[in-house]
Amino acid sequence: MKRAELISRILIVVGILLAVGAPLFFWARTPLIHARMAEDGGWNPDVIQAEVGKPLHLKFTSDDVVHGFAVGQMDMQSVDILPGKVTDITLNFDEPGIYTFFCTRWCGLNHWRMRGTIEVSGSSSDPEPATVPLYVSLKLDLDAPHDAPVVPNGKPLAISGQSLETNLPIDQSAEYYRSHSPYEVFESLQNTPLTDGQRWNAVAYFWQSNTTSESLANGRQLYAQNCAACHGENGAGNGVFADDLVQAGEASMQSMSGAMNMMMQAPVDFTDPRRMLGASPALLQGKILRGGMGTGMPMWGSIFTEQQIWDLTAYIYSFQFEYEK
Amino acid sequence: MAKIELTRIPFIKNALKSRYPQLAVFIVMLIGYIFAILAGLIGTPVGSHNFSIVFVWIAWWAILILVAVPFFGRGWCAVCPIPLPGEWLQHGAVLSPPDKRPKWLNLRVPKMFRNIWLQNISYLLLALFSSVLLTTPNITGIVLAAMLFAAIGLSTVFERRAFCRYLCPVGGFIGLYSQTAPIELRIKDKQVCVTCEGKPCYNGSSAGYGCPWDVFPGGLTKNTYCGLCMECIRTCPHDNIAVNLRPFSADLAKPSTRMDEAFKAFIMLGSAIVYAGVLLGPWGMFKDAAYNVGSSAWFIYAIVFLAIIFVVLPGLFTLGILNTKNTLPLKQRFASLSTALIPLGLMFWVAFSLSFVLTNASYILAALSDPLGLGWNLFGTANAAWQPMLTSILAPAQTLALVVGLVWSARTAQKSANEAGTSSMPVVIYCFVATSLMLWLLL
Repeated sequence: MKRAELISRILIVVGILLAVGAPLFFWARTPLIHARMAEDGGWNPDVIQAEVGKPLHLKFTSDDVVHGFAVGQMDMQSVDILPGKVTDITLNFDEPGIYTFFCTRWCGLNHWRMRGTIEVSGSSSDPEPATVPLYVSLKLDLDAPHDAPVVPNGKPLAISGQSLETNLPIDQSAEYYRSHSPYEVFESLQNTPLTDGQRWNAVAYFWQSNTTSESLANGRQLYAQNCAACHGENGAGNGVFADDLVQAGEASMQSMSGAMNMMMQAPVDFTDPRRMLGASPALLQGKILRGGMGTGMPMWGSIFTEQQIWDLTAYIYSFQFEYEK
Repeated sequence: MAKIELTRIPFIKNALKSRYPQLAVFIVMLIGYIFAILAGLIGTPVGSHNFSIVFVWIAWWAILILVAVPFFGRGWCAVCPIPLPGEWLQHGAVLSPPDKRPKWLNLRVPKMFRNIWLQNISYLLLALFSSVLLTTPNITGIVLAAMLFAAIGLSTVFERRAFCRYLCPVGGFIGLYSQTAPIELRIKDKQVCVTCEGKPCYNGSSAGYGCPWDVFPGGLTKNTYCGLCMECIRTCPHDNIAVNLRPFSADLAKPSTRMDEAFKAFIMLGSAIVYAGVLLGPWGMFKDAAYNVGSSAWFIYAIVFLAIIFVVLPGLFTLGILNTKNTLPLKQRFASLSTALIPLGLMFWVAFSLSFVLTNASYILAALSDPLGLGWNLFGTANAAWQPMLTSILAPAQTLALVVGLVWSARTAQKSANEAGTSSMPVVIYCFVATSLMLWLLL
């Protein structure tokens, strides 16, 4: 074989090996966490291992649309994961446990199914005893009907109830507020000389006095980021996904096309007084924490802190009561 | 304008005759091609950030349709890496012919396939799936790999470059439009070829291989099937091969009478029109139908696509030329007069491609720095934002391209009509209506 032919062959073989080997080598050495719409698989991988006290460096990329990344019950800003781009995120964990990470962008109908877990091993420096959620200690049946038999004619005004409520026999404790529905408090006032409208106004003031403007603002923000896609910005159950959820649910009833669609149904309307005034904060806490169980409402217990859930419930009642601005 | 023989310039002649510059380009192209396959298969599935999509369907396509085909004809075929591995296997060498050839089947392609119908079909197969192919990296990777392996397979069964000549989905239209290019490879003196013994340009010799494109250079009258591989320059013992600069569309003066080539013109014209409407138009329903391969909407899209290409466009053309006074049979007249659609179709594709190339060219910078979507920033351009380019000149440039195409096709129609002894008016009207439609779709 001529020398030129031999050198040419060597060059070609080396070139082909480089063209094949180099991309494979770098690809194998760059573990990426891929974000896809839940319908196409969600996070991959969706289980990540970490250790207490050791920084966890992660590289994310989106394979389709813009997603967001945040870890539940962790004080962090969500980070956007852009299609075709790589986003580096470093996390530090002080406590062992199983953390839930989730998508923070309304990426698709099953957006809320885009979740994964970070399993953090190691020893705890400050172990906190687990607390039982209020709805559990109250033994509430979250799925039992809870409609209020009586509802006000209009939106009760907290400011009108302020002057009435001070002399009324209402237990002012936070536990009483959280464990009773507005209707139950309204009923407890039936032996007072107040009219029905005044009693509802007093209830509105009682609800307002059990929250703060910070809590309402925090609840509003959490609601806008996490709930409004389905329940609507104004709470009327008409978020951008609402129609599609209903359609997917109805279609699945016709075709039995799979568990994912079968769980879809119309999001709850928080402006419906019959439903909302019959629900106690503890009941709402349970529904948010546990999720809707077969309704399409996700479980938020692994994502929101207890305080965040109380902030949310406080804000959700603002669709029923006119609070002081 | 007279022809200018470029091979008179020693530098050009030496560069073309030597195998080394070509081999260097081949190696670079093959590495790029294999990298594109890998990028498609393992890189980010986001098309706009994947090397395979950005470099094949934006960068390569832009160079091919806006520069290579209009100015260099089959210039791309001269450096295309797809047939190389197969050809090297077939030859048993990557440079000059060795003393011993490996024993492959080396069959002649059956006569019934020695036309461009298979290329028409392979092009249409890709065209019907183009919405997915052009946006999905792993599909692009699979198709690129399939073409490479098909070329290897055909090289081991058939003689010469059977894939390029009879199957390549791109080669068919490059050949058609290369007739308009201002460059050609031709013999200098026919008499020299007539008396040449052994015809080494076709049969090969110790100096080089017989024409890989199965063409006898002595009979070359148009660019369609000459792949500009320059093998005949190396094998011709009489220095009788020249590469010439010539007027645009010189080959169209002698219209073809082949139906496969005539239909290629309709296929290309029709697909440019369909793409302009479906891919660039405001109708989301059409886009969805084209993208949802396998759905009933896609089948309707495919049927409409094929009907436009094989029934509507040729049907209207036939109706137009039906009553032209001529002694030629209708079939021959159809093929001959459709020559006018070659420059028209080329300029349709130029106008259509300008739109998406200028819109998406900025993706090239990001893909260059991070070709696999692994977070690299090789040239500091990974975060270059998407930015449509030259938007202010897009519409005027497209209009100009279409008007040039219309004038060019009208002049070609006149020449073809004179050749066939008939009126060019129906063809000119046909081209005018098609141009108006394209103008409406693009603007």
